[in-house]
Amino acid sequence: MGLKIKKNVPLIDQHDKNFMYGGKFGGNFIPETLKKPIDDLTKLFARLRKDKKFLKERDHFFTTYVGAPTPFIKLENLSDHLGGAQIYAKVVSEANGGAHKIYNATVHCLIAKKAGKKYIVGDTGAGYAGKMLSMAAKKFGLKCKIFMGAKDIKRQRPNVEAMKKNRAEIVPVTTGSQTLVDAVSECMRYWVSNCDTTHMCVGSTVGPNIFIKICAWSTAQISRELINQVREEFGKIPDKLKLINCVGGGSSAAGFWNEFMDTQAQFIGVEAGGPKKSNLHAAPLTNGSKIGILHGAAQYVIQDKEGQIGSTESISAGLDYPGISPLHCFLKDVKRAKYTSASDEEALEAYQLVSKLENISPSLEPSHAFAEAIKLAPKLDSSEIIIVNSCGDSLKDKDIIKQRLGSYVR
Amino acid sequence: MKSKIALAFKNCRKEKRPALITYTVAGDNTKNNSFKILNKISKHADILELGFAHNTPIADGGQIQGSSHRALKNGIKLKDVFQIVKKFKKINPHKPIILMGYFNLIYQNGENNFLRSCKSSGVDGLIIVDLPYPENKSFADKCKRKSINFIQLLSPTTSRDRMKKIIKDSHDMIYYISMLSTTGGKLKVSPKKILENYSMIKRINPKKNLVIGFGITDKTISSLKSANGLVVGSMLCKTITNSLKMGQNPVTKLDKVVYNLKKKIL
Repeated sequence: MGLKIKKNVPLIDQHDKNFMYGGKFGGNFIPETLKKPIDDLTKLFARLRKDKKFLKERDHFFTTYVGAPTPFIKLENLSDHLGGAQIYAKVVSEANGGAHKIYNATVHCLIAKKAGKKYIVGDTGAGYAGKMLSMAAKKFGLKCKIFMGAKDIKRQRPNVEAMKKNRAEIVPVTTGSQTLVDAVSECMRYWVSNCDTTHMCVGSTVGPNIFIKICAWSTAQISRELINQVREEFGKIPDKLKLINCVGGGSSAAGFWNEFMDTQAQFIGVEAGGPKKSNLHAAPLTNGSKIGILHGAAQYVIQDKEGQIGSTESISAGLDYPGISPLHCFLKDVKRAKYTSASDEEALEAYQLVSKLENISPSLEPSHAFAEAIKLAPKLDSSEIIIVNSCGDSLKDKDIIKQRLGSYVR
Repeated sequence: MKSKIALAFKNCRKEKRPALITYTVAGDNTKNNSFKILNKISKHADILELGFAHNTPIADGGQIQGSSHRALKNGIKLKDVFQIVKKFKKINPHKPIILMGYFNLIYQNGENNFLRSCKSSGVDGLIIVDLPYPENKSFADKCKRKSINFIQLLSPTTSRDRMKKIIKDSHDMIYYISMLSTTGGKLKVSPKKILENYSMIKRINPKKNLVIGFGITDKTISSLKSANGLVVGSMLCKTITNSLKMGQNPVTKLDKVVYNLKKKIL
């Protein structure tokens, strides 16, 4: 029997009793010590998401603190320049802190408060998840520790500075490739030792099931806003609508698509293809990786024959991850979403073109999504609509862009 | 027929002492050295745990990560791990060996394939760090059918109800994690408290062999010797690290360390 996606059931709830999506993605492959804290968190979240008071609190902070709704704009110049489909952007980078990571961070802090925890820890790659968690932790009075690969600390300086300003302790991770994959491992190891006093926030829709759920539930705010904005703009949900989003761990894409799940909108996820001449692509869905277990969950993951996790390379630290959310593995297998990849060079070109023509300047992560939009738009009819989730601002990539292109324009 | 693991515990009980269980990583610092280490320390240790390295461990402390890193850098593969076991078992057929590692390597190898290799090389038991109860039920059953011990873990966060279920599903050995920590953390709970928890678990089923691990070194081992067994891992990995740094032979160094550990629990 082929896998099927259910209608009218939130995507995050489409798992079996072992927390597996489609019987093969996700689950909880965790040390015994984490069973209880994860169980407790699972129960607490199940209760909170039905609690009207909690939902009101969430909405309150999303409106007053995160800044909802984020703008939905037409990219007139880019559409004209390319000819073909009409291109729009959901400018999620206008959210407080400059990226979608603020939704997950805010919700985790609210949950940590409800759980009576005083400390919160999290991982970060591009530094956004860490920056947002440190911001939210400061706002909600929690002590915060951020695990970040030593390589990422060097290449994402502006976000590191922001974390320091928010008085978070940054723990450099020097094991392995010194990037996001190692930061997540180290953060989980820290939680194993401190789960009695500390709440853990996983920065994307990865990890043990409950973290996937909380994260996707939080970023769903993006599409809750967008579906209304789309209806307002077009009077309905357009027949030919493509929602394009970059995917690393997959948190922004999950949130960008969630409310459109039961509509005819097409979903396109863009993975990090890495440098043109490299074989180290962070694109497990595009490149046909096998299912394996990474950070507590079964997923398509870049690995060798033995099961050792492979190293990846990407210009965008936020997409530089060998695995991918079990939710996206599921969406791929049920053919609800399509996945492709863009190279470092294509992302840089997309950043340049969008920044030059429009008032927005996407960071290198959403530039991967723009690269796909730029490829697609000229081939499509002008009645077709493309919406790109511009989920981060290029400011954090200033150093890399300067180094690669000689100058930085925003 | 009693398993070699059960027999080892029986022997120790006769001698009124806990079983000494060691943990080293296969391929640390070379394939041949890790074999030699097993061979040497098996004179003092009752059960040998042998780690098969994974490069994305979520529950290992720094020392074991270091050992795994060395092993993987040397290109150690699963087939080498089984070769080491086979070679060891040829000389020491009665000494139980337990493989310890993460599930992805088994998953990629294929559960049945992996267990066949275990069987043919002489592996007596398995500890899979990231395959907890009840998700491990079907694999644990497979192990049992092949007369391979699947060793269940208990931790200070495991509820009493859950403990009862896990113990009921366990084979000849249960592993109690002494504290909330990755491997090799400093003992942050008093030995007295650990033994209190230990006794509480023992009362659920006194017949089961219960061993304590995490944070055990030559400094703490004697204070815990009333347990059925004690696992020392990170201290041994650290010994290898240090002897490599000092240009000493890790094999003779480890032999000495394990000999001393044994003396402390007699």
